[in-house]
Amino acid sequence: MYQNFGRFNSTDGKRQVLVVEDEQINREILGMMLENDFHLLYAENGREGLELIRANANTLSAVLLDLNMPVMTGYELLEVLKADPELQRIPVVVLTGEESAEVTALRMGAADFITKPFSMPEVVMARITRAIELSEDRYVIATTEQDEMTDLYRREFFYHYCEQFELHNPGRPMDAMILDIDHFHMINELRGRDFGDEVIRLIGRHLKRMAAEDGAIAGRLEGDCFLLLYPHTDRPEDVLEELNRTLLALDDRGRVRMRMGVYPADDAGVDVPSRFDRAKTAADTVRGSYTRSCAVYDDRLHQRELLNESLIDQMDEALRERQFVVYYQPKYAVQGGEPRLNSAEALIRWQHPTMGLVSPGVFIPLFEENGLIRKLDRFVWEEAAAQIRRWRDELGYTLPVSVNVSRVDMYDPDLAETFRSIVEKNGLTPDALMPEVTESAYTEDSEQIIRAVEELRALGFRIEMDDFGSGYSSLNMLSVLPIDALKLDMSFIRNMCRGEKSIRMLELMMDIARYLDVPVIAEGVEEESQVQALKAMGCDVIQGYYFSRPVPADQFETFIKEELSKC
Amino acid sequence: MLSIDNLRAWGANVSEGLARCMNNEAFYFRMIKLALADETTYVRLRAALESKDLDTAFECAHALKGVLGNLSLTPLLKPVAEMTELLRARADADYAPLMAKIDEKLAELKALAAE
Repeated sequence: MYQNFGRFNSTDGKRQVLVVEDEQINREILGMMLENDFHLLYAENGREGLELIRANANTLSAVLLDLNMPVMTGYELLEVLKADPELQRIPVVVLTGEESAEVTALRMGAADFITKPFSMPEVVMARITRAIELSEDRYVIATTEQDEMTDLYRREFFYHYCEQFELHNPGRPMDAMILDIDHFHMINELRGRDFGDEVIRLIGRHLKRMAAEDGAIAGRLEGDCFLLLYPHTDRPEDVLEELNRTLLALDDRGRVRMRMGVYPADDAGVDVPSRFDRAKTAADTVRGSYTRSCAVYDDRLHQRELLNESLIDQMDEALRERQFVVYYQPKYAVQGGEPRLNSAEALIRWQHPTMGLVSPGVFIPLFEENGLIRKLDRFVWEEAAAQIRRWRDELGYTLPVSVNVSRVDMYDPDLAETFRSIVEKNGLTPDALMPEVTESAYTEDSEQIIRAVEELRALGFRIEMDDFGSGYSSLNMLSVLPIDALKLDMSFIRNMCRGEKSIRMLELMMDIARYLDVPVIAEGVEEESQVQALKAMGCDVIQGYYFSRPVPADQFETFIKEELSKC
Repeated sequence: MLSIDNLRAWGANVSEGLARCMNNEAFYFRMIKLALADETTYVRLRAALESKDLDTAFECAHALKGVLGNLSLTPLLKPVAEMTELLRARADADYAPLMAKIDEKLAELKALAAE
């Protein structure tokens, strides 16, 4: 059944064949023989032929090639074709009047030959048709075309077949769907590679059946990603649900699930690989979501992609023009009586000239993805250090400021040196500038991170572990982690109102911090009741809207002055 | 005016030529006229033979043989084919008689077309 996709039974579309022959009369006679059954392209010499082949690589079914031609001979063209991985699969039938040439051509990779003067039309047709069929059959069974584990098409061939399919079925709108397994990496870790392979195979079988029964084309990308060109449906989630139901056979608690992104059929004329890229963008929006597993690409997503591209383009200029500004959010020590100003966290803001305030939630993940975040982080460290110095000079108060260090920064061998030179330049001691490193960086790249952190600590810097509780720290790691403060992930604070269990969890986190002998900072605290509860549990420092939202340096001065007035 | 009968009378293998052209008479005749209208290859052949450029001469003869063979224009094809084989071997022969024969048959065919 799978082989049918090589045959493209179509009522409208015909396969495309290129005729490369320098004599007009010969071209016309061949045209006469073939035009009922094929869409024909013509070239008068090898070079023209090559151009046309390259331009139509994805849709040509065969090339008829005269060996004796000016400019580039048939042999030369044949050689070029067979050496090019993109083009070598196209069968070439050579036209030649000489026996010796026939053998040579076959040895060079021609699929067959047609004599000159031409054989009778039936023979010509039969040779060409057979050459095409043989080459298409070869595609289905060649291992490079198909993924070993699942027999589904791999990327380039999948796209090639999609294009062929649509060429021959223009009246049939098809959706581009991409399917990913949720947390596949965890599944392999927790249940073993063999189980992971079982999952892949099961999905492969299901998709193959779907391809055959529903008239779709299925493929597999590396890892846990599958592609489906599926007849247009208004309910793509049903396709996903069917697949997830099948996966219940492997885990009846539904812990093995897939998510889906869809780029629906439209007239936009977007090429096949791009349609799947957009489907992927849609799929990414539901990654990690517990509520949604299917997303359809829409204009909003497209606009967001365009926006992201433009933000990336504008970053350098924005830095130069000081559109980026550092805001500060105060952290208060709450144990023992009145809250006292303890430190601040430096947070970046983007004052875009036309877009206004661009949310960090938008640009930070974007820049983290492509590494541009390093420039931004560096900017914040420099600004914060300079600001600490300014406050010291103007107000006589040295306020420590914590700054975010992205995972990519941790791989910079000069990181510690950078921090050292920044504090030195500003006449500060290392304890004034506090690097904040997120917990998941510690767990996912632990060796590298620990090395970088130890270098910093050796120079006198104090490291805060950010978003504690959101990563995958194992209990034995915790006892050896080099940190100086734990900052609880905001979700723990948000969930405080949920009841007993959440409170208990928070208390456990405090215990861990006590065990590690480090202070605890709670972030995202908004209400008096939360402050009291946290204080009672032993939380040392509180940061959040309860005290203040992040503000620019000049506004922050107020907090310092208030603090000074207390003495 | 070309016709199946006068071509056959002249000696062309009309059924074969026509079969190659999907039995489309109008098309077959149009192709023959095309073959007659284009003098350039014959001119190049003569010039090449004159200057003893046997490589070029072979190319020309070979190309002509292909087209004439496809159209099964046997009386003209024969001398062209003979010349092609001699030229393939780059034989140091006197090509003039053969060329004359070719010119003769070419003229006959042109006459058929012109009638």
